[in-house]
Amino acid sequence: MVNDPYPDYMRESIKIVEKTREKRLKVTMDHCSPDEIDDVLNNYHPDFIKAQKASLRFGVSKGEVVPLEVAKIIETKSVLDPKKVDLNKIDFVVDLLIIGGGGAGANAALWAIKNGVKAENILIATKLRMGDSNTTMAQGGIQAAVREVDSPAIHYLDAIGGGHYENDPPLTRRLVRDAPLLLQWYEKLGMMFDKFDDGTMDAIHGGGTSRKRMHFAKDFTGAEIMKTLRDEVFNKEIPIIEFSPAVELIKDDKGQVAGAVLLNLDSKEYITVKAKATVVTTGGFGRLHIQGFPTSNHYGATFDGCVMGYRAGAPLKLMKSVQYHPTGAAFPEQIVGLLVTEKVRGKGAQVLNKNGEQFCFPLETRDVEASLIIRECGGRNNGLVTPSGQPGLWLDSPLIDQIHGEGTIAKNFAAMVRQFERFGVNMIEDPILIYPTLHYQNGGLAIDENTATAVKNLYAAGEVCGGTHGSNRLMGNSLLEISVFGRAAGITTAKSIPKVSLGKLTLDHITKYNALCDEHKVKNPPSPILFPDYSRQEHKDRIIPTNFLV
Amino acid sequence: MDKTTTEVTYEKVKIIVANTEFEVPSNLTIMKAFEYLGWRLDRGVGCRGGFCGACSTIYRLKGDHKLYTGLACATKVEDGMIVAQIPISPANKKLYDIESLKAVPNTMLEFYPEIARCISCNTCTKACPMDIEVMDYVQAALRGDIALAATLSFDCIMCGLCATRCPAEITQFNVGVLARRLYGRYIQPEYKQMTKRVKEIEKGKYDAELEKLMKTDKKGLAKLYAERVREKA
Ligand SMILES: Cc1cc2nc3c(=O)[nH]c(=O)nc-3n(C[C@H](O)[C@H](O)[C@H](O)COP(=O)(O)OP(=O)(O)OC[C@H]3O[C@@H](n4cnc5c(N)ncnc54)[C@H](O)[C@@H]3O)c2cc1C
Ligand code: SF4
Ligand code: SF4
Ligand code: FES
Repeated sequence: MVNDPYPDYMRESIKIVEKTREKRLKVTMDHCSPDEIDDVLNNYHPDFIKAQKASLRFGVSKGEVVPLEVAKIIETKSVLDPKKVDLNKIDFVVDLLIIGGGGAGANAALWAIKNGVKAENILIATKLRMGDSNTTMAQGGIQAAVREVDSPAIHYLDAIGGGHYENDPPLTRRLVRDAPLLLQWYEKLGMMFDKFDDGTMDAIHGGGTSRKRMHFAKDFTGAEIMKTLRDEVFNKEIPIIEFSPAVELIKDDKGQVAGAVLLNLDSKEYITVKAKATVVTTGGFGRLHIQGFPTSNHYGATFDGCVMGYRAGAPLKLMKSVQYHPTGAAFPEQIVGLLVTEKVRGKGAQVLNKNGEQFCFPLETRDVEASLIIRECGGRNNGLVTPSGQPGLWLDSPLIDQIHGEGTIAKNFAAMVRQFERFGVNMIEDPILIYPTLHYQNGGLAIDENTATAVKNLYAAGEVCGGTHGSNRLMGNSLLEISVFGRAAGITTAKSIPKVSLGKLTLDHITKYNALCDEHKVKNPPSPILFPDYSRQEHKDRIIPTNFLV
Repeated sequence: MDKTTTEVTYEKVKIIVANTEFEVPSNLTIMKAFEYLGWRLDRGVGCRGGFCGACSTIYRLKGDHKLYTGLACATKVEDGMIVAQIPISPANKKLYDIESLKAVPNTMLEFYPEIARCISCNTCTKACPMDIEVMDYVQAALRGDIALAATLSFDCIMCGLCATRCPAEITQFNVGVLARRLYGRYIQPEYKQMTKRVKEIEKGKYDAELEKLMKTDKKGLAKLYAERVREKA
């Protein structure tokens, strides 16, 4: 083969995969039994490695078990020096401040307007551009129990069981009950979901679903949602401030949240925003690279919202659990970590070891499937290792065209095909190499079903929250979460805003938190970190600080 | 997806940024090459996976007069590459209320009359990193074929590269959004079962059942969960 992207030893293994394909076509492995599930999770899921966890030593959720990487950015001082901020001069006075321009943020803004908040009294502050977010990256789909054979109750049971019964029941109830409402709203906004000629939306299974309830817009579901929501945010002329991440929340002398301090990434100045309601929709934490895993997340997914919320007194929950998506790209090297959507397995692609053998049901819940893959590689030594040292197993994508007819992959997975093609791999003809990738922040800020946190005037929605999914989120329930709870945040704040009266603004909570850090002698770099740091040490050693230029 | 700058040593290539030569490993994307050089990015970066259009880049190659366009996160460096990023594309975006629009042929022209100035040069199509037939969707919009404009533009990530290159100064990607929203709202038929389900929910049809599940203890739930029958794929 000319220019084979796969090195010889991988090509040899592919030949075996091709040989066994015909025989495997009709054979599906059984689900794991509950005992097997316990066993594989306990022994192979990264969440169960005790040495990788810490208990928070101070703050409102003292004692909460979190990944080491999380402890490091929570148990540390703020990047903001409260003494340097002049709260007598406020740059923006608004009713509603939304921190984060992803799907949850856009929904919150639009639903606040629908419920009476004036567009000009809203401010969306975001780190990158409006819409640069995990929402844009979601491919697979959004769950909603719409079909006759389905019901919100069945959806509830799937989500609760998948989440290992650790879900917060009122949150999960709202998730499943409001789902069809939101999907209908999206239809009305003009999102192009895959539909049959009579208007019926196509629906497929996702890991852990007992009914086909994953609705999708080809493999660009999140992009379609985000592009449309953003267009709508523009249409409503909602003020946006881009490249200006929030770094801390502002409180008042009554202990209520009263806005935030933003950072202008160009001038490096701070910007003060006073608001009667503040909604945190900053998304997840993939860029913390928990336990060194590569990630599927966007560049700005650095846990800022939780850090700010925590310092202001809002508890975190379920931080012990992290979602590793079973199938991240493991080869070619340029795209390691990038998501290979679950739908590829949903359409029939099997996961195989280097000998071309199936070893499990391909659509177990994500935590179980990821653990089974890690066991097959590390535990049983049946995986391949790429030239850059990345372990991986085969995902037999060509099976899809064999099952559903030629052209199915190209039509359904255009984004994915292009992604691999850019680096020479043809997933229509060859299987692709996969390994679990850090995908989703299961835990986060605790909220009630109306998105209120424990701190007055502070609300949160989307991936930044914990509770809705228990300790394992099902595919398609997160795009749903940002829709349902983004909307809920808009409705709730529209109601709360007229009743709010703010006192004297203060950053005392930061001063106090910093003092706690001194007391505990923490040595971690300050946070929020805003961006991951991919520069090499040899550069860091040579940096001349440029503060003198300002 | 990019935690690992690998230990394997790759041959080095030279890239040129702002008339300055830099040596970087040949296996890197343009984006990772910048980071390899010690730059901490806060512009021209987003998803890092070809989905968001934040990293639009223009470049020339050694001994080649052409100006190429691409995504920094999805394009490998090449020896002699001269690179510059375009992090933001100034766009012409018209405001509308989707509820008051009609999916009639003239709607596209009404909002974006400049599409009539398209000279069919195909530059936009050549510029598109998503291999979209951009000129064809602009032409479809011009003819009032909303369905075709919508489906052809569906994969657009709104990187703005087409618009930057267009001699007729069209903001193609916003033309595409309008076409898709008109198509999704008015041309695709409504999902009737969904309308029915929404009514059922609003009437509280599932409330009692959900309430009961909420009160069921873990053991009871586990039993129900184990008894579920998975609908055939
Ligand atoms: C590759 C991929 C595929 C996925 N596929 C699916 C799927 O098929 N189905 C599904 O249901 N879910 C999927 N998910 C999960 C889902 O997309 C996300 O959980 C969800 O979109 C999160 O939305 P959000 O609005 O909470 O956060 P985001 O969409 O990430 O938005 C957060 C926003 O906040 C901004 N921000 C961050 N910090 C700050 C700060 N300090 N100040 C201001 N702004 C800040 C960010 O820049 C971003 O714009 C996928 C996720 C990924 C990464
Ligand atoms: S159509 Fe234009 S904006 Fe859309 S992806 Fe192609 S070049 Fe980018
Ligand atoms: S670049 Fe502009 S003028 Fe040329 S074909 Fe595209 S839309 Fe028409
Ligand atoms: S960073 Fe999103 S497309 Fe390149």
